[in-house]
Amino acid sequence: MSGTSNETARRIAMLRDMARIRAFEREAVAAMRSGEAPGVVHPSIGQEGVAVGVCANLRRADRITSTHRGHGHAIAKGADARAMMLELHGRAGGSCGGKGGSMHIADFAVGMLGANGVVGAGIPIACGAAQAIRLTKEDAIVACFFGDGAVNRGPFLEGMNWAALYRLPVLFVCEDNGFAAFTRNSAVTAGGGPAVRAEACGVPATVVDGEDVLAVDAVAADLIGRIRAGAGPQFLHAKCYRWEGHTGTDAAAYRPAEEAQAARGRDAIRRLAAVLEAEGVAGAEIIGIEAQAAAEMASHRAAALAAPWPDPGAAYTDVQDAGAPA
Amino acid sequence: MTRMTFAEAARRALAAEMRRDPLVWALGEDLVQGGIFGQYRGLADEFGTERIVSTPISESTIMGAGLGAALCGTRPVIEMRIADFTLCAMDELVSQIAKVRYMFGGQGRASLVVRMPQGMWRNSAAQHSQCLEAWLTHIPGLVVAAPGTPADAAGLLVAAIRSDDPVVLMEPKNLWTAEGDVPDDVAPIPFGVARHAASGDALTVVTWSATVPVVEQAARESGVACDVFDLRSLWPWDEAAVIASARRTGRLLVVHEAVTVSGFGAEVVARVVEGVGPGGLRGVERLGAPRAPVPFSPALEDAMRISPARVAAAMKRVATT
Ligand SMILES: Cc1ncc(C[n+]2csc(CCOP(=O)(O)OP(=O)(O)O)c2C)c(N)n1
Ligand SMILES: [Mg+2]
Repeated sequence: MSGTSNETARRIAMLRDMARIRAFEREAVAAMRSGEAPGVVHPSIGQEGVAVGVCANLRRADRITSTHRGHGHAIAKGADARAMMLELHGRAGGSCGGKGGSMHIADFAVGMLGANGVVGAGIPIACGAAQAIRLTKEDAIVACFFGDGAVNRGPFLEGMNWAALYRLPVLFVCEDNGFAAFTRNSAVTAGGGPAVRAEACGVPATVVDGEDVLAVDAVAADLIGRIRAGAGPQFLHAKCYRWEGHTGTDAAAYRPAEEAQAARGRDAIRRLAAVLEAEGVAGAEIIGIEAQAAAEMASHRAAALAAPWPDPGAAYTDVQDAGAPA
Repeated sequence: MTRMTFAEAARRALAAEMRRDPLVWALGEDLVQGGIFGQYRGLADEFGTERIVSTPISESTIMGAGLGAALCGTRPVIEMRIADFTLCAMDELVSQIAKVRYMFGGQGRASLVVRMPQGMWRNSAAQHSQCLEAWLTHIPGLVVAAPGTPADAAGLLVAAIRSDDPVVLMEPKNLWTAEGDVPDDVAPIPFGVARHAASGDALTVVTWSATVPVVEQAARESGVACDVFDLRSLWPWDEAAVIASARRTGRLLVVHEAVTVSGFGAEVVARVVEGVGPGGLRGVERLGAPRAPVPFSPALEDAMRISPARVAAAMKRVATT
């Protein structure tokens, strides 16, 4: 687009990434409901601003660790969305050859070290990744995404202490969508919450409105800048809301409908679109970006349905070298 | 060859590997101070505290950080202090380290070593004496090795560090001070190759780890012509050598310190029976611990210990059935 400033172009790219994540997950939820995608997907619809605002400040060499609700992190880090959709469908050509599924998507080519089916498990892994980066003198950092539920697991405490102790280049991103599965997390969390716990271990924490991608971008830029400058780990507590249920088929009957409705009124995509329009970007261009994202993901889903199943022999490969299954 | 202790052999092997490969490093509690058995003594002086890392008492993160570091191209040696504390890091070992390569379709590998000294040692009682090798042989993705001599402690450690697979190395706590001849230039010992510790036609005896010297002594003293195999690695293990021997002797004794019920001896017996056929054995026995925790008092611990006398008695029993 000619005539736009660099800053506007960057914001348009963020809008595109958020639209792509949402379109991907709309297709993923539909595929799970129809049974075309086996197993479970955990949609992050409504939380796109966190993944995109953080990853907009990462380079390809930087690493991320992710969660069971990780499609957004992967796409924002530059993972191949088509391969991801094939993976969700269990097909050959998927990110992991059909052996991982939604909860184990990884794309090492872009530094995406893996979603994780175990709450909080990415935290120690991110610490070690940062230690290796230091040992090999790589110019890179690690962003570690986890949910609010993870702060009640032991590895959270261990990891905060560990990262602070060794001053590791890690950005911890707590995506606080208010819920841990079917439970309101505040009902099972004592004390002052994620940021207070991080600070108690010596990791400086910043709270941000995760439904405002520009706010996330600004804070992430600052924190990541500090990390790159050698300041040690930083903690970003991003408040957001999970629009959908815990999984693609959870109706989320445990929370008031008005609450979920109100969150839709704070939509990070619409808020950024409004900013862009105020900056002079045409409404038609924004509609075009969203339509293109929808078309892209629909075509990935169609491609997934047409893709072959993995060769059954693949079930026995990549287990181990010594003592591999006969 | 130089005569040295198990701990010294392991210490020298790690030092040699760290000199060879700058990507090798170690993390665990008290490592800068030499480790609790002296198997890291002096290494921090030579390699610095970024490669010999003393960590907080954070087993999940010791294990998980080792994985993250392996995924970013280094070769960590993860020290669990003792096997019992691995139980505080089982998710990281079983559901993360053992699975990443497979789950991610081969994109990443957990090329790392997890050291976990195990078994009875100086009346350490129920929470510091367990033998848990059978748990880990059950987990696809892991290589499990259990040295029983100083030379094998060195050779298996070298093999574990160079292996692209995640390797669990279970050193017998009771043997850290045992002495033996160790090659001056330690070569990696391939996984799945047993050490043929004694030759005989009357009885096949299989063992590993802390019971290796016990079985060797019993074989000398029992008067039974034993064909003794020190497995050295439990997954993969040397099925071919053991089955061939059992086919010849027709009698099998498996000796291990771990609880007999669902112990790795059960797997050995089952595979040998599958190999030689249902009628192929005239005598078979497993000698291990009763299904009870390890007690504290020397009088009680000794009652449970596998002694040369108990092994020799079992050898005579199985050889004459
Ligand atoms: C250790 C562990 N315990 C329980 C679960 C089951 N589980 C999966 S997601 C989830 C809720 C996690 O909540 P949170 O961390 O806030 O992430 P969110 O789902 O909100 O993104 C639970 C309990 C799990 N995967 N891992
Ligand atoms: Mg949550």
